Amino acid sequence: MNLRAVRAIYLFEMNRTWRTIAQSIVAPVVSTVLYFVVFGGAIGSRITEVDGVSYGTFIVPGLIMLSVLTQSVANASFGIYIPRFTGTIYEVLSAPITFFEIVLGYVGAAATKSIILGLIILGTASLIVPLHVAHPFWMMLFLVLTAVTFSLLGFIIGIWADSFEKLQVVPLLVITPLAFLGGSFYSINMLPPFWQTVTLFNPMVYLISGFRWSFYEIADVSLEVSLGMVTLFLVVCLLMIRWIFKTGYRLKD
Amino acid sequence: MESIISVSHLSKTYAGGFQALKAVDLDIEKGEIFALLGPNGAGKTTLIGIICGILNPSEGSVHVGGHDIIEDFIKTRSMIGLVPQELTTDTFETVWTTVNFSRGLFGKKADPKHIEDLLRKLSLWEKKDSRIMALSGGMKRRVMIAKALSHEPKVLFLDEPTAGVDVELRKDMWEVVKVLRESGVTIILTTHYIEEAEEMADRIGVINNGEIVLVDTKTELMRKLGTKQLTVELHQALDSIPAALAAHDLELAADGTQLVYTYDTQAERTGITSLLNELNQAGIKFRDLSTSQSSLEDIFVNLVKRPS
Repeated sequence: MNLRAVRAIYLFEMNRTWRTIAQSIVAPVVSTVLYFVVFGGAIGSRITEVDGVSYGTFIVPGLIMLSVLTQSVANASFGIYIPRFTGTIYEVLSAPITFFEIVLGYVGAAATKSIILGLIILGTASLIVPLHVAHPFWMMLFLVLTAVTFSLLGFIIGIWADSFEKLQVVPLLVITPLAFLGGSFYSINMLPPFWQTVTLFNPMVYLISGFRWSFYEIADVSLEVSLGMVTLFLVVCLLMIRWIFKTGYRLKD
Repeated sequence: MESIISVSHLSKTYAGGFQALKAVDLDIEKGEIFALLGPNGAGKTTLIGIICGILNPSEGSVHVGGHDIIEDFIKTRSMIGLVPQELTTDTFETVWTTVNFSRGLFGKKADPKHIEDLLRKLSLWEKKDSRIMALSGGMKRRVMIAKALSHEPKVLFLDEPTAGVDVELRKDMWEVVKVLRESGVTIILTTHYIEEAEEMADRIGVINNGEIVLVDTKTELMRKLGTKQLTVELHQALDSIPAALAAHDLELAADGTQLVYTYDTQAERTGITSLLNELNQAGIKFRDLSTSQSSLEDIFVNLVKRPS
């Protein structure tokens, strides 16, 4: 295991984060506070409770997930797309490192960044609404698994994309809508039965549900199912990345 | 000589169907400076890309230091440093960070002393804290060389190292390359500048249309393929070449005051004696003789012009 290489890539990527601290951390925090003001304060004041939890408090896990999902994808896809775009990828490809080590460096840094971001949002939210985390271990587990899984997805997008437009298209047209419709701002029990069934095909439902359970012990689907779905998604992403490195797709042709 | 890189039957066809390499066989000897010459699109960069692991080969195999580049890529890539043709650098990083990053990426323990020596040798020490975007093109090229040497490779690939670099810097780089060779590093360079190959290389390979057309030592190559020209300065200008001399490969130059005879140094008979005799018999008087040998550039142009 070439740990020095993993460390080099990881630190290089984290450096990029500190250099662009405003857009990396501050911007998502600002937009989350705006959601609180609009959904928690203005609209939420008309909704009393969801599943026995005040609306402002109810949306906190969903908001954190929304940011972690989108930022993981954005961080990881940029992290690998930029070297491809500028050509500096040659060095990583010519270095004595395995695909696993490359992914560990890039995805590790992207996930770290969005975990930090998730915790900052959590801290910010606790200043605005009363919060209680019932199962801190499960909360961290869901946070880490989600950050890693979606950073892997971002990595795949960053390799697939051959233009900046494509880089934006998946997060905008797929990730954000699915996260919004996955129960970030509502319990899927609030939907008509038909749409409840449709919603179960949205993978985000399982992430948000499991994450919310770790806070308030309320969930749309069972914890086991949530965990199983996240793990499944993680494995699918890993297999895709393995295929990418094996064939050299978009990297070595 | 022991070969450090051994390429056999290597082919590469790109997704679009373009065949960049056609069953290339090539051996690079340990410790030599090998120049790969060829026109644009000949396959130079593709060949280097495959050896370094940036491109997948379509067919054939490559061994570096006895190890297969696919099976044992960790070993082969550890031995190789690459300076690509394009100036691709992390523009926001400082020289110091980026060169240390390269060393880490190749799995070598941090060694600030080695990096300092390297930067000093490449006249980059003063710029170590500068962001790369603030450097000139020539300086960026040096940064890329420093990155490639940061992990102490045994083999160094220089893909067009002096393209777009001014004359002074080019001479500096030749010096750096010579010092490296003395320390035992094998160097493979591609270049458009024949002067560069002539100045530095021990052996020269010519590649054209994805095929190695020729590989030989520089001196042998120049001797073997070199034609010479004998220029005869005449007392009186001629309007045309006299019929009596038509058997020789002659041209008139300088308004008819010079007769230029091209001959092959390898031929059994160069034909000089008979030419001079015949000039004498034809009553053509001359006052001076000079010979000149073709440069590597002429040889190269002749090789790639030849239909394959």
